[in-house]
Amino acid sequence: MDDDQDKHWLVRPRTIRRLWIVFAAVLALTVVAGLFVSLPGHFKWDGEFWFFALYGFTTCAAMVFGAKALGLILKRPDDYYDD
Amino acid sequence: MTVEQIPPGLVLIVGAALLPFLGGWWRSALVLLAPLAALWLVWQIPDGATLTTDFMGLDMIVVKGDKLSRLFGTIFCIMAFAGGLFALRQARTIELSAALFYAGSAIGVVFAGDLITVFVFWELMALGSTVVIWSADTEAARRAGMRYVMIHLLGGVLLMAGILDFVIAQKSIAFGAGPIHEMLTVNRPGTWLILAGFLINAGAPPFSAWLPDAYPESSPTGMVFLSAFTTKTAVYVLWRGFQGFDVLIWIGLFMVFYGIIYALLENDIRRILAYSIVNQVGFMVCGIGIGTYMALNGAAAHAFTHIIYKALLLMSAGSVLYMTGKRKCTDLGGLFQSMPLTCICGIVGALSISSFPLTSGFVSKSMISQGAADQHLAVVWFLLAAASAGVFLHAGIKFPWFVFFQKDSGLRPPDPPWNMRLAMVLFAALCIGIGVWPEALYALLPLDVKFKPYTGYHVVEMLQLLLFSGLAFFVLLPFMKRTLTISLDVDWFWRRLGARLAHAFTVRTNRARGLTAERLQDRMAKALEAVFHLHGPKGILARTWDTGTTTLVIVGLLAAYLVVYFL
Repeated sequence: MDDDQDKHWLVRPRTIRRLWIVFAAVLALTVVAGLFVSLPGHFKWDGEFWFFALYGFTTCAAMVFGAKALGLILKRPDDYYDD
Repeated sequence: MTVEQIPPGLVLIVGAALLPFLGGWWRSALVLLAPLAALWLVWQIPDGATLTTDFMGLDMIVVKGDKLSRLFGTIFCIMAFAGGLFALRQARTIELSAALFYAGSAIGVVFAGDLITVFVFWELMALGSTVVIWSADTEAARRAGMRYVMIHLLGGVLLMAGILDFVIAQKSIAFGAGPIHEMLTVNRPGTWLILAGFLINAGAPPFSAWLPDAYPESSPTGMVFLSAFTTKTAVYVLWRGFQGFDVLIWIGLFMVFYGIIYALLENDIRRILAYSIVNQVGFMVCGIGIGTYMALNGAAAHAFTHIIYKALLLMSAGSVLYMTGKRKCTDLGGLFQSMPLTCICGIVGALSISSFPLTSGFVSKSMISQGAADQHLAVVWFLLAAASAGVFLHAGIKFPWFVFFQKDSGLRPPDPPWNMRLAMVLFAALCIGIGVWPEALYALLPLDVKFKPYTGYHVVEMLQLLLFSGLAFFVLLPFMKRTLTISLDVDWFWRRLGARLAHAFTVRTNRARGLTAERLQDRMAKALEAVFHLHGPKGILARTWDTGTTTLVIVGLLAAYLVVYFL
């Protein structure tokens, strides 16, 4: 672990592990908080306390994969227009 | 002339003309004080027209004030000031001068009370911004600036054609008397021509590509100015001219997702931010299309906050570019260690664009969503919510992560010079200040409507959306490895297909011209030969005859004469 002492404390594996734990706790907290606020539920499912967590994750995953699929068609080397 | 008759933008335009003749402290003072003087003038303009003139029989209203004009005028002046501070000692004089001119023209548009004045300042803005791009003084900037100005001149032509139709139908050039699509009706070409002219500047499809093409080629300081004026002036004119036109809802949503998808694929940090300008303007265009008081106020407020946080993000990216000379995610990373202030300010901008609670984006964007919910536009509302999560994904995390963290690139540049740092701190403070005390911004909004951003519902909704979007980012990071690529866009049609067709055309016409010339030369040569044959030194008609032949011919002629005489 001696190498780690040379690295900035923020990028040491131990800090990163701790950051993940804190992040997971915060995520859980925001979902739990959904139970304690009144969600007006303008539409069908958006009144559920977990709705936005699930919606945020799935739509982002869809966008990442959607972009990746489009990238197969659209991506070109970055000197494409240089000739 | 009283003080409320002075067009506020004129101060900046005059300042732009004086700047090249000043040096040292005078130059700095002018760059910083001209926007403040303009800001003071913005707040001297009361509601209603203050400066009118007659131009070829048309009633022109050069200065006309109301809350919306003052809101945009205010943020444009603040932007010109902070941009000037950021660029103060780094930008070339021509860039600063062009930027002041550009800002002044944008302010001219938002106080214009008639379409001709709008058009004049609209075109001046295109010129000013083109010079800002060219100020980067590279071959890439020269070419990108040329493509940029072509698209904007096209937009100007469409706008002018639309204005002519408007004048024919309405017998008036007044702008802002009512929504144009209602005054002209959707059956007149004028409605669509004016809309197209406005939308081109907003970065709407199919011409969105001009923005990520041209802006990132400007200097590290130039793009800070460019991000603010052109697109937001377009938002302003759409707000006035096309509020409640439902086509705009779908155009706006397209822009929102276009920005996200292209930014996710992009490797150049400033091009990521350019795509996210299209994304953010999409939110505003959508709000204008919804057209309720809530959504319209949201669109105006979002334009205000967006100018600040987008400029902040571009100052952060510009600082990195200025200090390292690098602009690709693949070359950067780990800069938080040596550029802590640039990193923190970049993160504040990133949180604001993602509309994190306690930042400026939160208090403005949630009004647009609220507008959709109030109208029970379910599809629009769900798409806007997904887009909010997507903003965090493509700009909110992606930008700071790949620039300041990610891997260690080994680069250890310090934070940029003091004036650049000060400009970033100023805008970071505004992002948080507006987020914490939104009442001041709400008091400036054009319409009278009550909105409370900090309800348990809004905060929990946004935190869940954003934090789980963050989770998706880190879980899916292996799928987002940066590659040395660009993504094709509609501009392929003129940059590649058009260029190839033009090339083929040139080659073929050249060849045809060559062949024709060759044939022509051939014929000429033959004709000359024939002439030479007759008239040349030994030609039948030119050669000298010996005396005997001459005598013989004369005898022949005399004989023929005699014969004719006796007949």
